[in-house]
Amino acid sequence: MPAVTVDQLRKSYQDTVALKKESFRVEPGELFGVIGPDGAGKTTLFRILTTLLVPDQGQARVEGFDVVKDYRQIRHITGYMPGEFSLYMDLTVAENLRFFATIFDTTIEENYHLIRDIYQQIEPFKHRLARNLSGGMKQKLALSCALIHKPRVLILDEPTTGVDAVSRKEFWEMLIQLKKQDITILVSTPYMDEAGLCDRVALIQQGSIMKIDSPARILEDFPRKLWAARSNQPYKLLQDLREYIDLASVYPFGDSIHITHKRDEMDKQQLEDFLQQRGHPDIEVAPARPTIEDCFMDLMNQGT
Amino acid sequence: MNRQSQYMITVKDMVKKFGQFTANDHLTFNVKRGEIFGFLGANGAGKTTAMRILCGLSSPTSGEIYVAGYNVYRETEKIKRSIGYMSQKFSLYEDLTVKENFRFYGGIYGLKRRKIRERTGYLLDKLNFSHAMNQKISDIPLGWKQKLAFSIAIMHEPRIVFLDEPTSGVDPITRRQFWEMIYETASQEVTVFVTTHYMDEAEYCSRVSIMDRGKIKALDTPANLKQTYRVANMNEVFVQIAR
Repeated sequence: MPAVTVDQLRKSYQDTVALKKESFRVEPGELFGVIGPDGAGKTTLFRILTTLLVPDQGQARVEGFDVVKDYRQIRHITGYMPGEFSLYMDLTVAENLRFFATIFDTTIEENYHLIRDIYQQIEPFKHRLARNLSGGMKQKLALSCALIHKPRVLILDEPTTGVDAVSRKEFWEMLIQLKKQDITILVSTPYMDEAGLCDRVALIQQGSIMKIDSPARILEDFPRKLWAARSNQPYKLLQDLREYIDLASVYPFGDSIHITHKRDEMDKQQLEDFLQQRGHPDIEVAPARPTIEDCFMDLMNQGT
Repeated sequence: MNRQSQYMITVKDMVKKFGQFTANDHLTFNVKRGEIFGFLGANGAGKTTAMRILCGLSSPTSGEIYVAGYNVYRETEKIKRSIGYMSQKFSLYEDLTVKENFRFYGGIYGLKRRKIRERTGYLLDKLNFSHAMNQKISDIPLGWKQKLAFSIAIMHEPRIVFLDEPTSGVDPITRRQFWEMIYETASQEVTVFVTTHYMDEAEYCSRVSIMDRGKIKALDTPANLKQTYRVANMNEVFVQIAR
């Protein structure tokens, strides 16, 4: 039995369609990423799966339980970390954790092994009020509280949004550790570079899932040969590349500009000559490996 | 400081304390005219505190700081008039139309009615968004809102524009279009001071500073930083410094 089944799920708010009849499955023990920008439908999807919203059409099941009929059971077996910090600011670290354990009719001691690695980092501050914690500590407390009843499915809505690159890395290391405890994890993020850490990802945009697969397979499916161009004048290079005929895409990517050609074979020499004439004596054009972000943009363009 | 100097921001030994806590610990840096200056750091490193001081919203504990040639202790009103500011959180009024937002902010910046009309027309034209002039902001997709918020932040032709995580959460194509607007603005000699958590965006900056626990730990061009730390990209530079 899949851990999560989503079948033709649709949800709209007045005139805005947040989810357009989407279907997918998540296997037990998977680390499944839902990747897309704000407004893509990630939170709506997670709120339906956590029984906080009722879909307009379609069905969803978590561990075999229906999100509408069996909401009570689902609430017992899922852990949820919403996008906004939702713990009690006027309780201490330890009180928050005890509160959530009590609600689920368990104790901190019973499941301490699950949260030990995460909770130990904030335990020195366990008598501090939640409101006085730093962003990173709040995040660790929220994750501990979502785990304290030993959920079978953990649903994390944008846990790393607005978080710096180092804390993001640490957070993903925690998730990879948790995966070893046989917990199915669904996590959403707007950061495309986090896709590589998931077993499978759904790329989502404007209520539609554009693609679901393992990160490696998504990269393999990138339809054209990708090149990276570099010069000392990146902004000028971008403008000059836009004027070169037959390029299918031109996008800045860190210190280079990623381009694809409409035909399978691009004449690299011809492009370099063109750019040298345009005043880029140091131009460098080399084959590049696509990233999930290249794939995401390509799928966005296919959709329009 | 000479108002025509090559530096738009000069910061010398800036300290900001909140009680016992030192949020900014002797920061020293300069930002050149027309530069895109990336201001990076871990959460809680003290970026927001520094940015609030530079925008004239908070007074430093000590240090010698000038923004657009104005003193941050005494000339905060002049500073506010010389700068533009946008962030993802603080942007446009959802229940006003596009045009009304321009008119509102134009009024706040003290622009004459004719000037507001002129700048609104010019900026919307450049965005190719004139057709949506009378739409409510709440009906406009996030990506467009961000581009509009940026246009409004530069409508009074400031000499410096502060952007606080301007691209947070927008789709990757819009994020790139946004950076093109930044490039274009900088090419017109406007200084851009920007924070971001996207490390690929750090590569687009002329120079980048990286803060950790109240101090500036590194400040250089992305190319030099990568060379100094012997790594392939800015993400690795950041992780080495802030971990």
